[in-house]
Amino acid sequence: MKRFTDLYWRLDATTSTNEKVEALRDYFAAAPAEDAACAMKVLSGGRQLRAVSTALLRAWAAEAAGIPLWLVEECYAHVGDLAETLALILPHEGAEAVTEGVGMGLAECMRTTILELRAADDEQKRATVEQVWKRLAPRERIVWHKLLTGGCRVGVSRTLVARALAEVAGVDPAVMARRLMGAGITDADSYRSLMTREPTAADARRPYPFLLAAAVECEPGDLGAVTDWIAEWKWDGMRAQIVRRGDDATLWSRGEELVNEAFPEIVAAAAALPTGTVLDGELLAVRGQSLLGFAAVSKRSGRRRVPRKLLDEVPCVFVAYDLLELDGIDIRGLPLTERRRRLEALVPLPCTAGGGPAATAAAYAAVTENAAALPPRLLHSPCVVGASWESLAAARSTSRDRGVEGLMLKRRTSPYGVGRVRGDWWKWKIEPFEIDAVLLYAQAGHGRRAGLHSDYTLGVWHDGRLVPVAKAYSGLADAEIVELDRIVRATTLERHGPVRVVQPTQVFQLAFEGISRSTRHKAGVAVRFPRIVRWRREKTPPDAGTLADLMRLIDMATVGNSPHPEAMA
Amino acid sequence: MADLLTVTDAGLYCAQGDFYIDPWRRVPRAIITHAHADHARSGCGRYLCAAPGMLVLRSRVGNAAPIDSLRHGDTLSINGVEVSLHPAGHVLGSAQVRLSHGGTTWVVTGDYKLEADPTCDPFEPVECDVFVTESTFGLPVYRWQDPKTVAAEINAWWRANRDAGRTSVLLAYALGKAQRLAAAVDPSIGPIIGHGAVMKMVEAYRASGVRLPPIDRVPPRTRKMGAGRALVIAPPSVAGSRWLDIFGETSVAMASGWMTLRGVRRRRGFDKGFVVSDHADFPGLLTAIAASRARRVLVTHGFTDTLTRLLQERGVDAAVLPTRFAGEAPPDAAVVDGEDGDSEDGAGGQADPHASPEPDDREEEQE
Repeated sequence: MKRFTDLYWRLDATTSTNEKVEALRDYFAAAPAEDAACAMKVLSGGRQLRAVSTALLRAWAAEAAGIPLWLVEECYAHVGDLAETLALILPHEGAEAVTEGVGMGLAECMRTTILELRAADDEQKRATVEQVWKRLAPRERIVWHKLLTGGCRVGVSRTLVARALAEVAGVDPAVMARRLMGAGITDADSYRSLMTREPTAADARRPYPFLLAAAVECEPGDLGAVTDWIAEWKWDGMRAQIVRRGDDATLWSRGEELVNEAFPEIVAAAAALPTGTVLDGELLAVRGQSLLGFAAVSKRSGRRRVPRKLLDEVPCVFVAYDLLELDGIDIRGLPLTERRRRLEALVPLPCTAGGGPAATAAAYAAVTENAAALPPRLLHSPCVVGASWESLAAARSTSRDRGVEGLMLKRRTSPYGVGRVRGDWWKWKIEPFEIDAVLLYAQAGHGRRAGLHSDYTLGVWHDGRLVPVAKAYSGLADAEIVELDRIVRATTLERHGPVRVVQPTQVFQLAFEGISRSTRHKAGVAVRFPRIVRWRREKTPPDAGTLADLMRLIDMATVGNSPHPEAMA
Repeated sequence: MADLLTVTDAGLYCAQGDFYIDPWRRVPRAIITHAHADHARSGCGRYLCAAPGMLVLRSRVGNAAPIDSLRHGDTLSINGVEVSLHPAGHVLGSAQVRLSHGGTTWVVTGDYKLEADPTCDPFEPVECDVFVTESTFGLPVYRWQDPKTVAAEINAWWRANRDAGRTSVLLAYALGKAQRLAAAVDPSIGPIIGHGAVMKMVEAYRASGVRLPPIDRVPPRTRKMGAGRALVIAPPSVAGSRWLDIFGETSVAMASGWMTLRGVRRRRGFDKGFVVSDHADFPGLLTAIAASRARRVLVTHGFTDTLTRLLQERGVDAAVLPTRFAGEAPPDAAVVDGEDGDSEDGAGGQADPHASPEPDDREEEQE
């Protein structure tokens, strides 16, 4: 436990990638396999189970500290982290005496003080918790509380963990990254097999690390000759890989989770692919020729089981835009044009949803015959043809009507790299929607922004009142957050726990990617990925937008219902 | 009978004695608890402070101002109000102000701490009827470690930096904490260097008879100085500035009570945070309040509402003293910069737009 606590704080104390890898390497090199497996589960950020409810913990801690419960809550609102709050208020006495912490490994500690507690009654839970408190110093208590309440998150990416594990195991980092995808490291044995130098049987199902695109920061014309690039629509769905190897097909999200259960019809369709195939693409919700957008796909993505009704309501297709493995051979090193040629031969149907041209419909009919063997749920992402950057820009300007987010630009000669490789894949998104909105509520942030009011609820006018329409967590510079925090404190009207209702005085330019009607939101609209673009200090609340303005944007955003004869082949 | 102190536009005012305590405007007569910028404004007609703090206050309010001093424990009658000053343990010369009139006794703590500090007299509990206490760290999450433990942590950090060839930069308030830290660290590890704002106060401390280890002044920026070995003590405003360039590779640590919280440590992006405060921690506040044996407690700057509610629940006649100071001292960037200096005076200054701008510590720290 002490070793893991040290790792936690070493990772916490630095922002340097190298120092983080060093801390991880030191940990994994020294930890027994059983503990290492346990640590990996925590580091992977996967779902953790809560052994004791935080309500009970707060009550017990209040009693141990000799303070009333409301004061614990005040402290929590101030600190912004419950595990830390409780660790700080508990008596320090006795903690210093035990420098070793709980004198057992992470795995044993998890088992005896956390996992076994889940079945215990409250009295047993309390006895164990109080006993552990006495044996841990505050810095160890924080980590243990996080484990106990299932909220232990550590700021390391999977890539860094993979790098450290690769160094310890003595294998190539790319091999380790692949092994880690979807690998269920649950015990010492699975950890040992992860760390073996030899290729493992479990490699067979694993997807490849996703190549991530970056946003275009310059004029696309500055990227060079348009002929060096392939353009595709930037689909508004969920990124995924289909891995068809051996006897089965698996579907992987970009978050590296297996999502077979959520998209059974895609998995069934993928079975028709020849074995030894890996496709990279997008899961899209499509009705007829209309794209239903990310919001629709996300109704399915988290599901363990999809009810019939939802299958009908949100029909999905898989639109492939890259071929990573063919006939069991990793072809990521081939140039994109070569991979696409093979992809279009393997998956001949283009996705025409969102307003495909008539010419494509003819091509579609032509290929449908010889592609009859492949279900129409597997499509490829057609190239958007433009002889110049101007014509691509014109195509891009039709994005909103089509229900896509803009264009993707991919370098013709590029291999399929690992992670966020800058320079080969660019997102050329359409400009976001924007509206001026007024700050209504503010809440203290967590982590780096604990204690600062950095989560904002913004509203627009409706019937002479301001109605909340979006929550924005980002977009301001640190100094602006500090300044706004002062204003929030000075203009607070009411406090509800950590949330402050403020006098509406501050106006912000709010940007968002999508907008739809919603029955779950008070104002009747839901915006997607809202963020603050700019603090409009020159504006006052009467200058802010209205709900009617947002409703007009919804009409603009209604998608994929008009044909666009240009720009597609 | 009438209260001995009321809050006016200019600050805490004693009508019976016609004087102010730590006014935030220029007034004819001011009693100063200590020389931090928020408590000691320049431009008043006449000052009274504790004798050990005379030179420090002089260096803050200028040579022109008439300053009277009173030895700790001695009594002075001002218009019939008996005034005495008692050590508050906050910084050199910091005092609690005891007022007695018509059979009633009030004590205003100013800022205070209970921890041992070799650079100033220790806090002295003074019994009274009405106790006016600060509450900067009035939440139970704030509990200080033994100063020796923290000093050992700082020494270990400094030594490790020195062995790795890095200069250690310790950010601390220029008056009080800087000198306290200089006195606490182990000077055998390497040279100690002080920022200009720190040195000004080091001189006032030495002239007042406080023993401090050798501290070098930063010379005109000609070449790298003490790089890799030294401990540089500087005000927080130098963080991220070019001023640090002359020291080569550095590790920057902040010494503040707010460093208790992980979120604050992370947000400020320091390499290290040491929990060192010249204010009372939560148990310290409760201890001092109990020791005063006061029948009434008035809570000022800090977590006023919280501490007041807790005291009331425990049967104490407590209330918030409604000052114009900021009601809460959030651990944000600005307050961390001036834990001792700015937690209230920033708002005090804003509250009075007509007050003329005066050189405060922030400006000094920019030098």
